[in-house]
Order: sequence, then C-alpha cells, then structure tokens
Amino acid sequence: MEVSVTVNGQVRTADVEPRTLLAHFLRDDLGLTGTNIGCDTSSCGACTVLVDGRSAKSCTMLAVQADGADVTTIEGLAGEDGLHPMQEAFHECHALQCGYCTPGMVMAAVSLVDEYSDLDADGVREGLEGNLCRCTGYQNIVKAVLAASE
Amino acid sequence: MTVTETPFAGGIVGEARLRKEDPALLTGEAKFIDDLDLPGALWVACVRSPHAHARINGIDTSGALAVDGVVAAYSGGDLADTWAAPLPCAWPVTDDMKNPAHFPVAQGKANYAGDIVAVVVATSRFAAADGLEGVVVDYEPLDAVVSIEEAESDRVVIHEDLGTNVSYEWPLIPDPEGVDAAFEAAAHHITETYVHQRLIPAPMEPRGVAVVPAPHNGDMTLYSSTQIPHVLKVMAALTLGVPEQKLRVVAPSVGGGFGCKLNVYAEEILCMALAQRHGVPVRWTESRTEAAGSTIQGRAQRQTIELAADADGKLTAVRATLLADMGAYLQLVAPGVPLLGAFLYHGLYDVPLYSFTCKSVFTNLTPTDAYRGAGRPEATYAIERGMDALAVAVGVGADEIRSRNFIPTEKFPYDSPAGLVFDSGNYQPALDRAKELIGWDARMAEQAERRAAGSTTHLGLGISTYVEMCGLAPSRVLASLNYGAGGWESATVRVLPTCKVQVVTGTTPHGQGHETCWSMIVADRLGVDPDDVEVLHSDTAISPLGMDTYGSRSLSVGGTAIWMATEKVVEKAATIAAHMLEASPEDLELTGGVFSVKGSPDAEVPLAGVAFAAFTAHDLPDGVEPNLQAQVTWDPPNFTFPFGAHIAVVEIDEATGAVDLVDYAACDDCGNQINPMIVEGQIHGGIVQGVAQALWEEAVYDEDGQCRSANLADYLVPSAAECIEMKLDHTVTPSPTNPMGVKGIGEAGTIASTPAVMNAVVDALRPLGVTGVAMPASPMTVRRAIEAAGGGAS
Repeated sequence: MEVSVTVNGQVRTADVEPRTLLAHFLRDDLGLTGTNIGCDTSSCGACTVLVDGRSAKSCTMLAVQADGADVTTIEGLAGEDGLHPMQEAFHECHALQCGYCTPGMVMAAVSLVDEYSDLDADGVREGLEGNLCRCTGYQNIVKAVLAASE
Repeated sequence: MTVTETPFAGGIVGEARLRKEDPALLTGEAKFIDDLDLPGALWVACVRSPHAHARINGIDTSGALAVDGVVAAYSGGDLADTWAAPLPCAWPVTDDMKNPAHFPVAQGKANYAGDIVAVVVATSRFAAADGLEGVVVDYEPLDAVVSIEEAESDRVVIHEDLGTNVSYEWPLIPDPEGVDAAFEAAAHHITETYVHQRLIPAPMEPRGVAVVPAPHNGDMTLYSSTQIPHVLKVMAALTLGVPEQKLRVVAPSVGGGFGCKLNVYAEEILCMALAQRHGVPVRWTESRTEAAGSTIQGRAQRQTIELAADADGKLTAVRATLLADMGAYLQLVAPGVPLLGAFLYHGLYDVPLYSFTCKSVFTNLTPTDAYRGAGRPEATYAIERGMDALAVAVGVGADEIRSRNFIPTEKFPYDSPAGLVFDSGNYQPALDRAKELIGWDARMAEQAERRAAGSTTHLGLGISTYVEMCGLAPSRVLASLNYGAGGWESATVRVLPTCKVQVVTGTTPHGQGHETCWSMIVADRLGVDPDDVEVLHSDTAISPLGMDTYGSRSLSVGGTAIWMATEKVVEKAATIAAHMLEASPEDLELTGGVFSVKGSPDAEVPLAGVAFAAFTAHDLPDGVEPNLQAQVTWDPPNFTFPFGAHIAVVEIDEATGAVDLVDYAACDDCGNQINPMIVEGQIHGGIVQGVAQALWEEAVYDEDGQCRSANLADYLVPSAAECIEMKLDHTVTPSPTNPMGVKGIGEAGTIASTPAVMNAVVDALRPLGVTGVAMPASPMTVRRAIEAAGGGAS
C-alpha cells in the first residue's frame, strides 16, 4: 500500500506492506534509525515520535495510519541553531547514559512540556510513565525536563 | 589510612564535565546494531523450543522453505559439523565441574524454553519471522526441573550423560574447626535464609548480531551488541574455528548491558557460521520477548547465612551456604558469579572466622550469568539482612550493630578472613553522613509516633552498609580461581603531529561515559583541551588488546593503563623537549601544555612543538624513536574495595500491603573521582536497579518452566513514576593500589540498595510480628507475610 507521510518537514512516499508499523517504516524504509525499538508490547517508549505534534509510540501505529500525518522524529528536532532546548537540557543535566531510550524520552518530554505549562517533578514523572530508562534512575531526566520547561 | 592528596594537577579531573558522547545519542546520529545499513544482508530467525525440557524426535523445515523470501532453514543436525567447539564457559571453577556440551543449535533435546532448535534464513526480518511458522518440530515433552531444590534432588537429570544436576561444589573454609567452635561459643547464633529471585537484566537495547564476510580473502567482521568485543573475538575464533587474525569484532553503540552482554551467545556464532555458508552478510536482532529465552538472567540463588556473635553483638564468625541456579547450560562466566561474592559474606565487618560453600545446579530454565554486581549484591544482601536480625536479637539499633562491627580504619590494609586484602576504608563517616542526609533521628521519632498512635501506614527504615570488590582483576588471583583469562587492561596514548590526541582503550563502554572520562584523565596531565582528545574503543581492528568492560573494572584497570601510558608519553616528550631546550629532562615540568625549565621561566617549549618535532624527526636525541606514543598493559596488584552506606525509608499500607519508597539517601566512597557527574549518574541508576529487585522485578516461571514475565508489560522495570529523588553524597578514601587512587562505581548502587529497601520493609512490619519478606515485596507478598505473622488488619 502506498503511504505518504510528512516526516521532519519532507513529504515521504513509500509502498509498504499493510502490516508495517510506523516504527519500521521510519527505520527501514526511510532510514531514520534514531527512532529505537526496545520492546514488543508498547511498554518502553523508545520509539516515541511526534505525530501531528503529539507524542505517539511508533510501534503502536501502522504506517498506513500515519498516511497524511505530520511526523517528527529525533532527527528532525535539532534546528539550524543547534540542539532543541530539550536535547540541550538532557545534555546539561546528564539525563542519558547508554542513550538508547533517549530519542523516545526526549520526544515524549517535548510533547509533555508542550501540553502542560506548570509541570512539577511529580507531573514529569507521571507524564513520562510510558518511557523506560534502565540507566539513569530517572533523577536527571526529571531535572532536565523541568529545566527545559522553564 | 586516608590518602587525601590528589594526583591530578591539571584542573580538569574532578570537574562535572558534560559528556562528549551526548550529541550523537541525542540526535539519532549514534548507530546501534540494528541501525547498521548492510545491503544484501540475510536475516536470521530462531526456532526456539516452547518446552522447557523435551526430546526432539524430528524437524521438518520444508514448510519454511515455501515461504516467500526464505532462502534456507537448518536444524541442529544440519549444522552439527559447523562447530569447532561448544559455546564456551571460561570459568571452570573446579577441576571436576560438570559442563554439558552447549551448541548454538540444540540436537536431540531442548533443555529450556528458548533453546534454539532450528534457524530460518530469509531476505528480510519479516520473511524470516514468517518462516518460523513453517518449521514443524516433533517434540516429546519431558518433566521440567524448575526449582533448584528439585534440581538438587536429581529426580530428573537434565543432562543424562553427566549423571547429576549438580555442576560443582565450591568451598572456602580457611579454618573449619575454628568456625564450629565460634558458633558453639556464640551468645547469639542467627540463621537466616533468603532467596534471590531470577532477574531479567533488560538493557533498553535488545541484543543483535550482524556478520559481514569477505568470502575470497577469508576476513570476517562480527558486529554485536556486546560488552566484550575482545573476549568475544578469541572465543568466537575458537568456537567456530576461524583464524583469529581474520576476525574483527566491533561493538557499535551499545544500549546498556548490565552484565547480560558479557557473554558469548549462540546467535553470534550462528550468524558467523551462516555468513560463512551463504557468503553474504547475515544479521539477527532479538525481540524483547525472545530475550527471556535468548539472553542470560541474573541472581537466582538461595542463601543461608549464619552469624555468630558475642553478647554485645560483636561478630565472631560468619557462615554462608548457597544453592545457585545455573539454568540449562553454563554460559561464559556463570559458575564464577557466586564466587565473586564468595569473599564478601562478612561485608565490611571485622570478623575473624569465615565459611562459604556454594553448590550450583542445572535447571530447565534460561541460563544465568553475571548481572550488575554479580555475586556482590547477593553477598551484601545476606550479610546486611542478617545484621538487622542480629541487631534485633541483641536489642540495639541497626546503625549501632554496624558501628560495633565495622573494620576499624586503622586496620587497613585489612587481611580479610576470606583471604583478601581490603585496600582502604573508613566506614563510620559514610554511615554518619547517610544518616544525616536521611534525617535519621527525625525519621525514627516519626516511626515511634506512628507506632504509638496505632497507625496502619507503617514507616520503615533500612540501612545497608557495603563493601565490594572491583577492578577485575589481578591475573594471578584469577588463575587461582581457575578463570580462563587474565584481568589486565591495555591503553595507547598517541599525540598526533598537530597536538591532538588519540587514546586507544581496551575498555568497551555502553553508557558509562568512557570517552569523556578517559579524555579528562589524559587532558589533565598533558594540559590539552579534553575536546582535543579522541577515545577509540570497541573495535578490535583499532583496539586489538583489551579485556573489556564489566565488574566496575574500567576506570581502576583501564583508566590506570591510560594514566600510565600518558606518563610514558610525557616522559618521552620531556626527553625531546630537553633536547630542544638544551636542558636536562629532570629539570623540566609540564604545566598547561608547556614544558618549561624549573627556575628559568623563559626557557620553554609547548607540547605542540614537541609533538611536531617528534613527527618530523629531523632533530631527535640519539636513540629516541620518532612520534609521541606509548602503549601500556596494566595488571592490577589487587582488587579495589569501594564502600558506602545507603538508607531507605518505606511506607507500607497494612491493608493492601503496598510498599511505597518515600526517601532514599546514600553516601558512597569510590576513592578519587574523575567526573562526579558521571559518578552520581551511575549511583542513581544502580540504586533504582537494586530497588527494583526488592520491590518489583522477577522472572516468574510456572511449574512447566514457562517464563510468565517475558516482556516489559509483565516484567516490571520501573518507570519514573515509581522512582523518587535520591539524596547523594560521598566521602573520598583513595585506593593505594593504583596511581589515581580510584576504585569503581558502576555496581555500588545496585549492591547497596536491595538490602536497604528490604531492611526497611521488614522494619516497617516488625510490630506486626513479621521477621522476613520475600522479594519482590509485592503487595500480595507483603500481605501474606503479615497474615503468616498473625498480625494486621485483614
């Protein structure tokens, strides 16, 4: 089936099997491997991207469901001026170690901060419940998201 | 014997310097194994036994071959001639250890749910997965051995040719009669039994393998999401029978390991064999659910600890007896994992007499092996839970019982009853500081108030003080433990003609920030910008010598090699600089990247000038070779012994049994710190991983040997919502066994936090008559403990 998705500002069209997940479409068909896959039960959030501005686990959507949508992946987050403030905050706060969960965590955090204006630490923790990290114990992730939300 | 002097003078080491690894990881630029673009690669999918124990009476792969995209399918028999040797176990801990032959694809019998019985090779990952459906295996299910007690009974012997399920028994009892006498004379004799449930390491990146062959010249590159490219190169060459010099192993960006990528796995050898056979790249990526049967699990042991103490609670002897679960086969270092804790069941307490025995058995479950801490979390758990039981028996506080027994600071270096020499320690200040951070007195008062008021929201405080042994390892000690390799580490430091620096290390980071830290060590000494230092690693073509990253060894062994190579470079540079300045090398000092003659501030030459002179070689002193580089291989003389004190505070709702972690403080001592930001990050993650064992995580198996928590929906890796803000501080007691005075911090949090939390859980429930709670302390487990104690609201 043909799908046409605007990914990081560019219209991308491909012929995919109906069963293709958005995550696989991004990785295998478009070569955007920054979106990582960490599980097969939609539990870990490593594959989180923005679909029409809101975070979505790209393993829970079929590519065909994203037809016509506007998708932002981690590759599309940094601008000409450098890293996105959320990426910068993760760097400044040492909110990543192995970095595998990081693209999904950053995208989820961007969406969270966009959605809620007065986040506190508990709000960040609840808001990121769908994204697992095995390295950081989350302490510096919470710090980074709060820093970026200011 | 606290050494307070820092060996670092450059103003860079000790800074919370941001990581140079981050930009690639934050933007998707970093390439993990599944990100590699390998045109024409074939994908492998593994047919895994759904039965924990079954005879294989036949395999029909024809259905797979009919699937679109499938190019081949093989049974174990089809590949039997491929292997030069079984998958390796490098740690035969005793001469008579039983070690069943373990091949990448099983033949005749499957010994756990996950054992590979056939493979499908196809043009895409989806076609390979589709092909699995077409393989028909005729299984004859057998009784599965699921518990270690059942295994020990030998009612069903898994590996019939071995005649028993017992792999080995390993005793460490320097003075058996002395131990017996101490227990006879003891005023207090504590006996406690604990079970360490099986854990799934669950790094966020599942494993993966890709092999690129060059059929005509015989080269082969093995890419693997591994912690140990160097060890893997040797082992893979031996297992498949390929010439080692033709094999290159690369670990690309690796998304966490925690010990489970410290192995030589079936899929690695299998993909090599299939790449050889098909002459094109071959790859495999693990799915998360598959990992429950394809990647090792951790812990899985029952331990009985006995403490003998005098009337004041002063320990006189410690006796630990273990029954450990190896799973279906012996993976790379599995037999040695209990031994890594064998020397530490007396913790950081001054105990004259010691006894340790471990029996390890096979079960029909996923093989076990090293998981963050490997042996030391188990040892620390036993002694720290036991110390709380002793405190109750003696009638003193959990803090006081520890203070009475700490190895006195003046006794370092301390000859331990298990035969180690603890390098340095100063334990009481760490405990004092942790108590301060948590507000110990106020919390105790709050607990007393709640108890007096009859509150059913119980408050519990738990202390864990720990010492660990890091820096694996002195090669001679490894020899005495029958380990099949050395414990050294290698480094090359190379100053390029433009005065930029390359560091080649045998350590293999997968989240630890070695690129940042190693560049800080070198930059601090050379007086260059850390950004001008590039750290090369994890590719055996670039870094041919190494023993890799595990056991909190990288800094104290690998970092020391880098330190020493840097010193050698400085020494050589000083010789050249002295020639240029017409001075004596002994009169030179290197400060801020400039060599100057002591006392003659005008006579100076920058390191950059020396580097270029070493490159042109136009005018070098006689006998000095061109170029500025040095290679060092460092074999440590001893382990290092980091320590610390952690305190957890929990609230337990008596009616539901729900445990809430409400506060956590830790004071750790890893000696001198290179980058305190990275140290804290390691502690944060380590603590949460240990808390998760206490409260949430368990690889649950049913009576048929089926893993009921195989995926991340059922296996409870905590999210941010379950975790809390931790309060950290540190003391600094440098190690005297390496020039940087460093110890290691990768595992400390995990080692300390599990007993801290469980001591808090039991402390909370003690008024209800509860003396023990199994891990993980789920609401149901807590409620059962309360009910078994006959207390509490129903």
